[in-house]
Amino acid sequence: MASKTKVILGERLRRLEDPPLITGQGRFADDINFPHQLHMRIVRSPYAHAEIKSINTGRASKIPGVVAIWTYDDIQNLGPIDFRADKSAEELKAFRQFCLAKSRVRYVGDPVAAIFAEDPYIAEDAADLIELDVNQLPVISDADQEPGEFDEGLGSEAALLTHTFGDVSSVWESAYLVVDVDLRTGRHSGVPLETRGAIGVHNKATDTLELYGAAKIPHRNRDTLVRMLSRPPARIHLHEGHTGGGFGIRGELYPEDVLVLVAAERLGRPVKWIEDRQEHMMAANQGRNQHHLARMAFDQDGQILAMADEFWHDQGGYVRTHGANVPNRTMCMLTGAYKIPAFQAKCHFRLTNKTPAATYRAPGRFESTFVRERIMDIAAEKLGIDRVEIRRRNLVGVDDMPFKIRFDEPGLETLVFDSGDYESLLDKALVHFKWDELQAELNDRRAGGELVGCGLGVFVEESGKGPVDGARITVDTNGDVEVLTGGASLGQGFETTMAQITAAALGADYSKITVIHGQTDRIPYGIGAHAARATVMTGSAVNITALKVREKALDVAAELLQTTADRLNIENSEVFISDNRNGPSVSLAEISERLAPGSKHLGGREPNLSAEGFHNTKESAFPYGIHFAVAKVDAETGHINVERFMVAYDVGRAVNHMLLEGQLVGGCVQGVGGALFEEFSYSEAGEPLAVTLADYLLPSMDCAPAVECLVTEDAPSPTNELGIKGGGEGGINGVGAAIAGAIDDAIGQVGAVTELPVTPQRMREILNRAG
Amino acid sequence: MTQKHDITLDINGKKYEITVEPRRTLVDVIRDQCGQTGTHAGCHHGVCGACTILLDDEPVRACLMFGIQADGKKIRTVEGLADGDKLHPLQQAFTDHHALQCGYCTPGFLMLAVGILEKDPDISHDDLISALSSNLCRCTGYANIITAVKAAAEQMRAG
Amino acid sequence: MKPASFNYHAPSSIDEAVRLLSQYSDAEGRIIAGGQSLVPTMAFRLARPAHLIDISGISALDKITQEEDRLIIGAGVRHSAFHKPVCDGPLGALLTEVVQHIAHLPIRTRGTFCGALAHADPASEWCALAVTLDATLVAKSTDGERQIPASSFFETVMTTTLVENELLTEAQLPMLPNNSRFGFEEFSRRAGDYALTMALVVWEDEGGEISNARIGLGGVEDRPRRIIEAEEILNGNIPSDDVFRAAAEAAASVVDPMEDHATSAGYRRDLVKALTRRAMEKAVK
Repeated sequence: MASKTKVILGERLRRLEDPPLITGQGRFADDINFPHQLHMRIVRSPYAHAEIKSINTGRASKIPGVVAIWTYDDIQNLGPIDFRADKSAEELKAFRQFCLAKSRVRYVGDPVAAIFAEDPYIAEDAADLIELDVNQLPVISDADQEPGEFDEGLGSEAALLTHTFGDVSSVWESAYLVVDVDLRTGRHSGVPLETRGAIGVHNKATDTLELYGAAKIPHRNRDTLVRMLSRPPARIHLHEGHTGGGFGIRGELYPEDVLVLVAAERLGRPVKWIEDRQEHMMAANQGRNQHHLARMAFDQDGQILAMADEFWHDQGGYVRTHGANVPNRTMCMLTGAYKIPAFQAKCHFRLTNKTPAATYRAPGRFESTFVRERIMDIAAEKLGIDRVEIRRRNLVGVDDMPFKIRFDEPGLETLVFDSGDYESLLDKALVHFKWDELQAELNDRRAGGELVGCGLGVFVEESGKGPVDGARITVDTNGDVEVLTGGASLGQGFETTMAQITAAALGADYSKITVIHGQTDRIPYGIGAHAARATVMTGSAVNITALKVREKALDVAAELLQTTADRLNIENSEVFISDNRNGPSVSLAEISERLAPGSKHLGGREPNLSAEGFHNTKESAFPYGIHFAVAKVDAETGHINVERFMVAYDVGRAVNHMLLEGQLVGGCVQGVGGALFEEFSYSEAGEPLAVTLADYLLPSMDCAPAVECLVTEDAPSPTNELGIKGGGEGGINGVGAAIAGAIDDAIGQVGAVTELPVTPQRMREILNRAG
Repeated sequence: MTQKHDITLDINGKKYEITVEPRRTLVDVIRDQCGQTGTHAGCHHGVCGACTILLDDEPVRACLMFGIQADGKKIRTVEGLADGDKLHPLQQAFTDHHALQCGYCTPGFLMLAVGILEKDPDISHDDLISALSSNLCRCTGYANIITAVKAAAEQMRAG
Repeated sequence: MKPASFNYHAPSSIDEAVRLLSQYSDAEGRIIAGGQSLVPTMAFRLARPAHLIDISGISALDKITQEEDRLIIGAGVRHSAFHKPVCDGPLGALLTEVVQHIAHLPIRTRGTFCGALAHADPASEWCALAVTLDATLVAKSTDGERQIPASSFFETVMTTTLVENELLTEAQLPMLPNNSRFGFEEFSRRAGDYALTMALVVWEDEGGEISNARIGLGGVEDRPRRIIEAEEILNGNIPSDDVFRAAAEAAASVVDPMEDHATSAGYRRDLVKALTRRAMEKAVK
């Protein structure tokens, strides 16, 4: 790895993560093995809703190599998996999931037993022989249905949640135009290429439980496990290795994670569990499944007077670690980039007999942007206003920043958009992507008989939610730099990002930096990597800490070079006098030696060239963007080809443009999946119909549009020193909206698309209806 | 109990003499019995292509074969691509062009691309996309993978 | 998704293979050639053969023989053999055109032509081709050998007229005359996915007129078949938009399409209409 003489933020540095990954030396969960390990296989309910009468494990336990088989009775003292969200209502606690089904099963895939065997093939043989006897119960197949029964005396509408400000009721009667929509976003999810995995080990020498295969939020999960297993934090450690994508769904605490730990302790052997693909499709968190009845009122000039939305959120069989987070995110970000005087959103948070739902990349926002931007397109048409113009007229202005959205309901967070010039980004995007020429070109093509069109979606994203993260940075006497964080890596380039920030702040040689993440035994705290927090929170903490180390280094160097710190600079791990680059210098390694414990050069200083620092914030950082799509419809087959996709995105400040674009493009193609291909469908009886990668269609290379990115740094965030905002979710947010708009435009029927995904068959149905 | 078979797998030029149950898939045998964990399994049912290896220099899905069927055949996996410290042009191109994020699909793509380019160094753009569409990636959105493979192809043609 | 246990046999001759098949066929003995369809079903434990008889080592099966009037494809021949034309003339070109649509490159490296026929997935390209061209399938067992016309080979989804102890040893495709025209169209969600509908159109060009038209549809009904009603509309006519449209509409109206939660019969009819017409248009290009 060639070192850089000077690392600046934004540069397209090659990733530190790559070498092991391109040479087959990764350490993903299934690559991790321990001597004498057992393999766990979960037996899952084939019924969507049933009362368990008996579970017969006799035949299964006779198979040679089967060591133990557990059901709920064997883990009775283990409570259900708790929420990690800070403020989840008591009322939701009754809907939590036990690690093995206690008396009822509530979705096909619900764990009922765990088999521990010498080999995963044998464990699966044993699973086949488990006999489950049940009384089937009525299946709640849809969140739109009248709520059914979650448990005796407990209905399946877990909560009715609202977000309100202003008074919408007086507006509808007098408004010049009211647009009503009935929209659905289909059930889909992250579906990473690596399935989940967990290895539990009981280190008997130290009486410590170790969980390998952790991801995303190791410290938070550690805290939940501390409560569940009644162990002090020092006696339970989570370890993250390489992870094959997360997208929000990997890394939450799942039943299997808890079971491998409990089993490791009780059975006295390491326990390894690797999910197979069919299991994943019915056991890992799903998302996006909402049905919205929404409306907006407009005046004659297209100004929004009010917005209201009543929606049904299909939560699936249980409420998992996120509580009601996703519906809340849907509601609080529903107004998007627009100034709306009165707002009311109401969510029916309903349990159904499907795989439980939770966060998936831009959770609640892919959905709400789809809803909001559909309404804007329809309003534009009805008012005879250009659809870009109507959006422009409603944008929160740069002079409105910081822009507060405060809800009436007690306990709801106030959103504060920290910075942003939405109109400027819109203008830049229209120029950069040659919007006017595109309209002319599309008109020509349509005149030639093609069904081709474009659509757009404007959105605000959220990132960097605090409250705090920290880091510890040490430069050793060899000049190697360790950046110790409580962050997490799911493939997004966390290590490179932190190293780049460190290199820029400290002047260290980028190639000599190692970033630690996901090891709860190395650092007691950590925010993990979720909701686009890592770059903002951990990155800011790393920056602060690196600057502290810099200060220490310069203090020592000033003495050595007989000058003052303000006249010094650091590049490539060398400290030199700024206006004398080729003059005397001292390396960070030498400085570290001088600061070694017991060194006679300490001069009363704290030993070690190291520091710890924290970044606190009460505010999130809000990046924003606009998505544009060009799509062509084949009228006969209903096939939709997204020819082009354009992303305009203001990130505040980019740490590494290459990584950021990777996130935007990758997020965009995932969004294409949700807009056109991916759906977890279920039969009326609750049977999941998309449980293989042959039925659940991930976008392949031939489906992926060319994605063009315009990244701007016009609105740095005032919430952190570097001005950074997150980039992980900006690629996916507006994709459903933009593609829906493009399809409408292609067929000349605004508002035609009311449901995602738009499969070819659904496209034909739309065309047939249009006549 | 089914009969076990003694077989020899030739992986990256090294011979592994092992005893296998017939039902052990090739991807499991390569990973678990031969310890070569660079080849990944994403679905175990032949759709995602993460398990792609070269069998007698042609790309195949290791999850769709049993280990026993590969007895005596030449297997190449990602671990055998680099020449000591010198990366294969495809490996270098993947890192130069940010063609990987989580890295899980990467070994499969690398072996697929090696198989394609060794057989047809002058492959057309459309044929290349068609062949690379065999494999799934969830992180990158594919654009950089295409760029990387084309860059490596040029380098490999230049010798 | 680990397969259930089985015993493995690797015969080196056809005789040995059919002997093993007779011995084990009522104990769930199955043939494996490419395994690209069988192994996934075993991974899901939908298929649990107690014995697998691997015919990949039988060199007598791994050949393509061209005779004057037909092309003989042995049971060991992989899809990838057809990436380049295996014979001159329209048949070779047709096989190369169709093979590109089969799954993906790594699947084609292992999967076999005859394996696809024996597996009888309604959406299999080779099954549709065999029926459209009136292929003859040859089955061997310890009881002898029989020749089965493709038109009666496919019974329904994943079911052929092969009996338990029979091995499909070869497929014989009639050579196409040099004045043959063909067009093949398939629609799937993504490249390489199972076709939701496919249409193969072949005819002989007799001085500008269509004769001996063959229109075969796959992926529509529980097995592929020729659509006589549509063929009759083409025969004796000069290719034109009107004739093509009429034939395509006839095909769409006579099929009885499969239905499932994702795909309605009506949608499949739409595809039949579109793809049949497009296949005809390709044939004249």
